[in-house]
Amino acid sequence: MPDGQVLEFSGLTKRFGALTAVDRFTARVEPGRVTGFLGPNGAGKTTTMRMLLGLVRASDGTATVGGTPYAQLRRPLQTVGAALEASSFHPGRTAAAHLTALAQASDVPVSRVDETLGLVGLADAGGRKVGGFSLGMRQRLGLAAALLGDPGVLVLDEPTNGLDPEGIRWIRDFLQALAREGRTVFVSSHLLSEVQQTVDSLLVIARGRLVFQGTIDELVDPTEYATVVDAPDRAALAAALAAAGIDTEPLRAGLRVAVADPAEIGRVAAASGVALSLLQRQGPSLEQIFLELADGRRVHASAQGGSAAVPTGAAAEGGTR
Amino acid sequence: MSLIGTVSSEKTKQFSTSTWWILAIVLVVYVGSTAAALAFFFAASATGQLGGADAPQMPAETLPPLLYSLATAMGYVFPLLIGTLMVTTEIRHQTLTPTFLATPRRGRVLAAKLIVGAGLGLLYGLIGLLSSVVPSAALLSMQGVDTQLGEADTWAMFARMLAAFVLWVFVGIAVGALVRNQIVAIVGVLVFTQFVEPIARTLVPFVEGAGDVVRFLPGAASDALVGASLYNAEALIGTSGGDALEWWAGGLVLLVVAAVLMALAYLFSWRRDVA
Repeated sequence: MPDGQVLEFSGLTKRFGALTAVDRFTARVEPGRVTGFLGPNGAGKTTTMRMLLGLVRASDGTATVGGTPYAQLRRPLQTVGAALEASSFHPGRTAAAHLTALAQASDVPVSRVDETLGLVGLADAGGRKVGGFSLGMRQRLGLAAALLGDPGVLVLDEPTNGLDPEGIRWIRDFLQALAREGRTVFVSSHLLSEVQQTVDSLLVIARGRLVFQGTIDELVDPTEYATVVDAPDRAALAAALAAAGIDTEPLRAGLRVAVADPAEIGRVAAASGVALSLLQRQGPSLEQIFLELADGRRVHASAQGGSAAVPTGAAAEGGTR
Repeated sequence: MSLIGTVSSEKTKQFSTSTWWILAIVLVVYVGSTAAALAFFFAASATGQLGGADAPQMPAETLPPLLYSLATAMGYVFPLLIGTLMVTTEIRHQTLTPTFLATPRRGRVLAAKLIVGAGLGLLYGLIGLLSSVVPSAALLSMQGVDTQLGEADTWAMFARMLAAFVLWVFVGIAVGALVRNQIVAIVGVLVFTQFVEPIARTLVPFVEGAGDVVRFLPGAASDALVGASLYNAEALIGTSGGDALEWWAGGLVLLVVAAVLMALAYLFSWRRDVA
């Protein structure tokens, strides 16, 4: 069983002429968990992954796998498996031949070709030309190529694109199983809803910059949660909460209590003999937070780690334009 | 990760699509049919069966090398295309991404392509040789012209033809890596080899001093390396073509062309971002 490695991005920057596609991106991706790499289209996800894999040269900064740049890995396919886009196949070549060429180039035993085809559910399609494959089958073949060397690190760019719901579910379970084995799984998506159930932690990138780093739970600030409570006898409820020292704010459909644990409010109400008709914890939707992070309306403290070394605020903002 | 592995990988890629055998069949048909037709008429001309007594007779002893060398004189576009396709196909179908993921040392990928390319040059050279020699020799001997297949000079020419095929694959790999765009590369190769250079070489007798330039063109250098070519046939029948280079100088010109293009490709194209 190969070891998962830490992926480390440090000040990673890519400029295309006047455009800064990736801007001082600093983050760590840990083994043993699925890390989602989230951002709108064009945010710099693919460029960041390609710099990690040595396909695109960084203008500045470094990206390493277990402390080593990809190009200097002794056995790259046995260390990192990557599936970037579903179109990197010659249409006239069979799936098995595609994998065989990769296996030979990286000293992976050719017997792994059939194994990995079986692993991704393409056991019967190995002898067929890739030109006749559906997008979903290409995604699976890309994944087979990534798994060929049984690597400890998996880097997947939008692996669920083009998959049917069954395929999406399959890939989720598969990635989680790989992470449980101790591998590093780094998977990009432009849809929060797609990775929400899969990922253990999250990197959010917007306009080339890291805007969030943490778990999904940390995405919402605890102070943004409120509890909404209501009772047929609303006055009695308000009085009971006031007596317990809990401030309330009247809403059309109940009372809003900032930062409170619903269990605490239920206990206060029960102690006062007030029957509740509503008790609900409310926070902003994850999708809403993601959109606000993406367009810069929301700034999360976790992203400061990435830009601590550079001036924040107006100066840094000016650098991206 | 070793060069041996990268070479096997390149070999697998080369023979796992249909390009290689389609090109081989076209090579056989193109060179074989031309050799057969020319062998028939040249032999008829040499033996005086054609055009009556006044028609110019082709000297019989010049015919075998002329016909055998059709494989390079006409067929050199095949190794050139094969080399070009070895690179541009990967760029066109974005398979450079998996290739460079498996072998991040890009120089090694290029080296592996040259090694496999040398093998392909020998393979297609052999196919081209058989396509020109078998029908020519058969038709010459049928009409009583000496095939010269027993002479060492003929076999030395065959060896130089194989070398020319290998060198042309190298030029092709460099052109492919430099041009990148498959359509542009193929059209460029065809236009240069089928129009530009043949026209330039045909016009040589009419332009003062043109021969000094034209004999350094890669096609002319290749013919010089081989030592015989249909394009030099004018010389055989009286009109003066450009003076060809020595065979070794022709090989050297071709090698230098390949090396210079390869260096440019490596510096300005091969290490570019793969997006």
